[in-house]
Amino acid sequence: MVAIPSKRKSLALLGGVLLAQVLLLAVQIKRDSRGRLLRVWAVSGASPFERGAAWGFGRVRGVWNHYFALQNTSRENEALRVENDALKLTITQLQSRASEADRLAALLNFRQAHQEVPMLGARVIAGSAGTASRTIEIDRGERDGVRRNMPVITPDGAVGKVIEVFRDAAQVLLLTDKDGGAGAMLVQSRIQSPVGGTGEPTLVMKYVAADDTVTVGEQVVTSGMDKIFPRDVPVGTVIEVKAGSPFKQIRVRPAAKLDRLEEVIVLLTQQPLEFKKEAETQTGAQESAPVTENPASGKTAATEKP
Amino acid sequence: MNDTYELRSGETHIEVHKFFPGAIIAVTIAALVLQASFPVYFPRLEILDLPLLVTIYFGLSRRNPSTGLLLAMVIGLSQDALSGPTVPLGFYGIAKTIVGYLASSIGARLDTEHPAARFALIMAFFVVQQATLGVIRRLLLAGEPEAWLNAHLAIGAAVNALLGTLLFLALDRLRRSS
Repeated sequence: MVAIPSKRKSLALLGGVLLAQVLLLAVQIKRDSRGRLLRVWAVSGASPFERGAAWGFGRVRGVWNHYFALQNTSRENEALRVENDALKLTITQLQSRASEADRLAALLNFRQAHQEVPMLGARVIAGSAGTASRTIEIDRGERDGVRRNMPVITPDGAVGKVIEVFRDAAQVLLLTDKDGGAGAMLVQSRIQSPVGGTGEPTLVMKYVAADDTVTVGEQVVTSGMDKIFPRDVPVGTVIEVKAGSPFKQIRVRPAAKLDRLEEVIVLLTQQPLEFKKEAETQTGAQESAPVTENPASGKTAATEKP
Repeated sequence: MNDTYELRSGETHIEVHKFFPGAIIAVTIAALVLQASFPVYFPRLEILDLPLLVTIYFGLSRRNPSTGLLLAMVIGLSQDALSGPTVPLGFYGIAKTIVGYLASSIGARLDTEHPAARFALIMAFFVVQQATLGVIRRLLLAGEPEAWLNAHLAIGAAVNALLGTLLFLALDRLRRSS
């Protein structure tokens, strides 16, 4: 038999623990968000487990795809069960391999097309542990030459930037995170404005003046003004334009599949890349609009050419 | 000391459960790792909050507010640390501490072994956590006000409650028999 813990004692402990964490939060908010030792320990400690989990999930998914899915099919095709199972097993294996080969081939092609640009392929091994942030963890770190603020892309477009680097892993802040974003430019109108995340799957283009003309479907590329991404990396496509004052409300669908990333590329330089997209051809047909700096806001704005 | 003993509060007799050595640590680590790994392979499962479910389960089972809130704090801070630098340490820590305290306090007063009771409690604690996170985001992190009381919250609470009820039945097997 044990005594019921003192309510006053546990309440005091609760108050103390909450106060300590609130102070901890306050200290962090005031400080620059550099990596802290606890994070280094936590990520370093968790990385092997996350790699193990990634391997395990891959195995489980493989078993599911290669066996159970075919077992369901076999029930529906009793007469051809044996032959069907064997054929579908082979097909599933080939599709799985082809899918992976396609992704890797896309990365390889991209790399071969830009041999002059130093870059690094990386595998995504974990995501954010909560919904409050949009980050991924990759299996490349300090030992591979990854550094903070390096841009991360896929052959489809911009993904985010490296925010924390550990020995064998790094954390990448996605464009869709509330703190994520990039300097961007509309391909047709040449209007420059940063795009940022809201925690939602889409991006928001900020600071486009209400009297500027923006059309749905217009391509958005990086402007290079953020000193992180090189110019002309696809960011996304405008999917919604709403009137607003003083700025339009513009939503952009990311070019890269940010919710299904499995392999990414870390650019080890800011050297410009050439993406072979239709956006590129449109770019060539347009003339650049003069870009002006707004000293009051510190934001870069563009004026339409008459 | 007995592995299972009773709290006597008034006329109610409530068992306090103990677990196999290392079970709490192993389950906690597994929940944190799975929480970080799930979204990569199953983006739709982002709605699950396994660390919250583990916090609630051990709070309800151990029924000691002090150890409940301390375990919850450790789980919350670990989740903060694994959520990337944009999530300050203490964000999930504070919310989980409150949930851990409430769960163990309620567990010390009520019988929470029935699946229906567990389902309702998990839904309630999910809402408490989201409300706490909203307050922290608004007051401490100076975030923009957000409408958190919406359908997404209701779906999240129901999904977590459903999974949690099943998960608790599995975790019951880790208890040491008296």
